[in-house]
Parts: sequence; C-alpha cells; structure tokens
Amino acid sequence: MNAKNLSRLAVYSVLLIAAFFFLVPLYVMLVTSLKDGAQIRAGNLLSLPTSLNVDAWALAWSSACTGVDCRGLKPFFWNSVSMAVPAVLISTTIGAINGYVLSMWKFRGSDLLFGFMLFGVFMPFQVVLLPMSQVLGFLRLSSSITGLVMVHSLAGMAGTTLFFRNYYTAIPRELVNAARMDGAGFWRIFYRIVIPMSTPILMVTLIWQFTNIWNDFLFGVAFSGADSKPITVGLNNMANTTSSVKNYNVDMAAAIIAGLPTMLVYVLAGQYFVKGLTAGAVKG
Amino acid sequence: MAAPLHIAGIRKVFGKGDKAVEVLKRINIDVAPGEFLILVGPSGCGKSTLLNIIAGLEEPTEGELRINGKNVIGMAPAQRDIAMVFQSYALYPTMSVADNIGFALEMRKVPKDVRTKRIHEVAAMLQIEHLLDRRPAQLSGGQRQRVAMGRALARDPQLFLFDEPLSNLDAKLRVEMRAEIKRLHLVSGITTVYVTHDQIEAMTLGSRIAVMKDGILQQIGTPDEIYRLPANTYVAGFIGSPTMNFITGTASSTGATSLFSFEGGSLQLPSPVQGKVTLGQRPEHIHLSDDASWRGQVTLVEPTGADTYVVVKTGVGLITVRTPPSTQVKVGDTVGMTVSSHHNNWFDAQSSLRLS
Repeated sequence: MNAKNLSRLAVYSVLLIAAFFFLVPLYVMLVTSLKDGAQIRAGNLLSLPTSLNVDAWALAWSSACTGVDCRGLKPFFWNSVSMAVPAVLISTTIGAINGYVLSMWKFRGSDLLFGFMLFGVFMPFQVVLLPMSQVLGFLRLSSSITGLVMVHSLAGMAGTTLFFRNYYTAIPRELVNAARMDGAGFWRIFYRIVIPMSTPILMVTLIWQFTNIWNDFLFGVAFSGADSKPITVGLNNMANTTSSVKNYNVDMAAAIIAGLPTMLVYVLAGQYFVKGLTAGAVKG
Repeated sequence: MAAPLHIAGIRKVFGKGDKAVEVLKRINIDVAPGEFLILVGPSGCGKSTLLNIIAGLEEPTEGELRINGKNVIGMAPAQRDIAMVFQSYALYPTMSVADNIGFALEMRKVPKDVRTKRIHEVAAMLQIEHLLDRRPAQLSGGQRQRVAMGRALARDPQLFLFDEPLSNLDAKLRVEMRAEIKRLHLVSGITTVYVTHDQIEAMTLGSRIAVMKDGILQQIGTPDEIYRLPANTYVAGFIGSPTMNFITGTASSTGATSLFSFEGGSLQLPSPVQGKVTLGQRPEHIHLSDDASWRGQVTLVEPTGADTYVVVKTGVGLITVRTPPSTQVKVGDTVGMTVSSHHNNWFDAQSSLRLS
C-alpha cells in the first residue's frame, strides 16, 4: 500500500467516524420510535425493532398529552407552520430589498446604516425580550402568532440584509447603469435584473431563516400564548409532562416530527442551491 | 437621427473641503451631428467621468450640457435618448440575447411584434441572428461585444456612448471590432462619443479627437491635426507610436537657418524663436546618415515587419528613428542622424506649449 492510499484511508476513516457520530443519535431516535414499550424496557438501545410499530407516531402526532390537553403535536405543528412561513417570506423579502438598496443605491450614511444592521446580527436576542414584550403589548399582539411572525421577521432582518447586501455587492454597477439607461426604474431593475440573478443567495437565506425560525425556542416560549405555542415549545412541554410511565417511543417520534420540516427544506432547496449558481456572464 | 452635443464649462468635484478633488476642470466641447468624437487620455484623466455625465449616470458640479439643443442637466439617463456600450458589456446574464437587445424597447412599451422585428433587424446588421436564443454566458467575447452594440443600436438613439468597449478583447478581435464600429457608425450616422486610452483606436475611429489629462482638455482636433500639430508636448508624446522624440536645446537665431544646438550635437533648422526650446520630431522624420555630425550609438533594433525602429543613444537621451526594414544597422554601431526642416514641432521649453 502506497502513501496515497494510506492518506486516502485516513481521510475516509475520519469521515466515517464523523458520519457515525452524527447519525447514531438519529438512528437511535428512529428505532426507538418504532419499538413498543416492552422492547424499550428490555434495554438494548441499538437493537432493531422486532416489528414496525407506528403507534407511537400516531400518538405523538394526534393524541399525546401535554398536561391535560391530549391533542398531540398537531396544533403546535400548525402553529409553527403559520408562524415560520410568513416570517421567512417577510424577513427574506425585506433582506433582499435592504441588500439591493445598500449595495446598488447607496445614499449618504448608507454604510453607517449597514454597520448598525450588522450590529443586529451579533446582538444576543435575550437583550430584546423585555422591550419586545412591551412593544407587542402596545401593539396588542401579545401571545399571538402574528406577534411571533413580527418578532421573527425583525430578528431575522439583520442577517438576511447582510446575506443579500454582500451578494449584491459582487454584481457590477455597470449592470444597473445599463438598465437605467435602458429605461428601467428602481423596482423594475430589482425584479427583472437583480432577483433573477439571486437564486443561490435566495436559497441560502430561505434555508437559514426557516431553520432558525422553526427551531427557535426562546421567542416561542417568551411571547406565545396558550393557543400559539410553536412546536419546539410543544415538544418540550410534552416531554416534560410527567405520567406514571415515560413513553420514550412517543418522545422520539415527536422529536423527529418536530425536526422533519427543516430537513425537508434542506433536501428540497439544497439542490437549487447547488445548481442555481448563475453563470458569470458579465465579464468576458 | 443625428443630434449635436454641446458641452460647456463642465466641472466635476468629488468630495468636500480639504479632500475635494476636481476631476473635470471646465470642459468645453461641441460635437456636430453625426460626428465620431474620441475622448482619449491616461487613466484618471476624467474621460470616463465626462462620459458618465453625458449619460446622466453622474451629475456635474457645474456646467451646461445640451443634446440636440435641449438642456439635459438633471434629466434621468433614460430620458436623454442615449445608448451606451459598457466596458464589461453589462449584458443581463439571466436574459437571452434577444431579450437583452429588446429590453430597452420593452421598457419603452414598444409592442411585441415591432420589438421582435427590430431585434431581428439589429441582429442581422451585426450577424448574430443565430445567437438570439442564447444566454450571454454561452457567448464568446466578440459575440458579447456585438450583443452589447446591438442593445445600443436597437433603440435608434440620438447619441451613442462607448466606454472603452474593446479593452476586454484580444488584439485580433479588437482590430475586427474596431472596423465593425466604424462601419456601424457610417451606416447609422448617429453622433458618437467614444472613450478610450488606446491612441490607435483614437486615430483610426475618430472624426475628431479630444485629448485629456488631469481633468483638462489638452487639445481637440481631427486625427491629422492632433498628429501633425500637437498643441503641447503631452499631446505630442501621447499620440503616435513609437512616441515622438524630444530634444531640448538652444536656438541661436530665428528664420530659415538658425542653429539649434543641444547636448552632443547641433542641427540647422528653422526655429520660430530664439533661446531655450524643445524640438519634437517623430521617428519617421529623423533619418540615418553616415556623414551627419549628430551621432550616437545604436542600443536597440526593433523590426516590426513594415518598418524597423532603431533606438540610438545620444547626448539628449534615446532617439527612435524609423528606417526601412532593409537597414543593415546593428546594435553597437555608431550612426549619424539628420533632421529635415519639414515636420519640426517646436515647443516652449518651459511651458511645453507649441510655438507656432
């Protein structure tokens, strides 16, 4: 065996160990969710389930109890959907427009403004909890999904603006000038020239925002009411509801359900992300 | 439809206070309808800024700008009825060639059938009909250049602006596209302003050339005037390749036979003034002559095919002489040089300005 093969072996070993490290918990969750109570109590964490038992999934989805409420994760799941979808779309749209202005229509003080926005990316969100709850109360949006949409849109804006602004800075100014001479205005240039070139960054931002907002716990637990809890809070409450027996299979199924949409978004948008890179057609 | 362009007293200052930089210092140029004006100069001379001001992409600090008699200061680029070809071509990467060419017409709400007809006309003129469905990324440099020109032509504007359009092409393609631009200008007859730093492009394309340096218009004239009668040593040195030779010395009298003496030699030439002057002499107007008194040593022989340039080291520095390719001169030879009394360019040694 020569040195090249040896180094290749080393690389593959490291990769396999890393993959193993990340996949084992998922494997355990999956097999546990498919086992029944007796098999779980038998103790072997890594063993395959003796039969495919999807009762735990059905239970987790529609009839597991959180306190006295036994409707499963379903209401929380739909809360999360109706929170995440508008919040992702709003924060991405605002980020795209902000980035377009801050890179191609600079005005006096626009760089300073961008500096302040950058600050928002690094600001710990705990800092805004109290003032935000004041604002939500003032707007009569406390404990509502609309309130959560607003909070997430605002919190995500700094990051999405940064993404788009940095991406658009690489687009040559001559392109905008050419469109101006051709007679296109601010919005026309945006949606006819700039947006069609934005597929990769749009996908990155959508994945990033959806993952962040769907997985958020802090805002969810702080600003939601009884009927507006997102799935992360619902999952936590369900797993912490004490009863005589701990239903590990139900908890595992619920955790997978809670994580599934982000994985799905990754699989669906990830491929666009890879192939969506626009051909560099500007310079010869 | 050819329109005149009137540029008067244009100033442009970037920055404020101590950091203010005046990139254009009162530029006055009048361009006649159908003329092909070249703005030429080294980078940073303000030529691109002037072009952007004409285009409306930048506003002048001061001055007057009229296209076809109409004051366009403060008017948006789209309203000026101008088309521009950019250095990077600036083709819209996500649109097909046809959509690129038709975009300006679409923005002006030209009906689809008229638009399609016009796109095909322009494409035929530029021989790019077979490329109409492609994306810019699928085109070669020369093809992109043609599409960029097609985009400008499609609208039939009052004024064409070119911002160093050939600088991204290789040498062969550049010569080809240069001829193409000249042909299109003849066909369309549209008034054109063309920015370049390439003096050969300037000489071959322009009906008039404006030479700029440090935000100041140095000279404006036909290629022949600029070449034969440069207004100062800067223009004299900038235009022409190889560059003009400069010899600074003292003229002892004026008239048909003054003695012009300088470090390492002297010549009998008709100098217009006495005292310290600079003689500018192009390589083709200096001749090698075995029995001449002004002598030097050959340091370089450069054959270009049609001509051979001989570089001679003299008391006033290196002098370039154009010789026929049959020349037998070798590096290290000592040669003599003569200068005829024709084609002498005399400049004031202090101000560098031309002496009539």
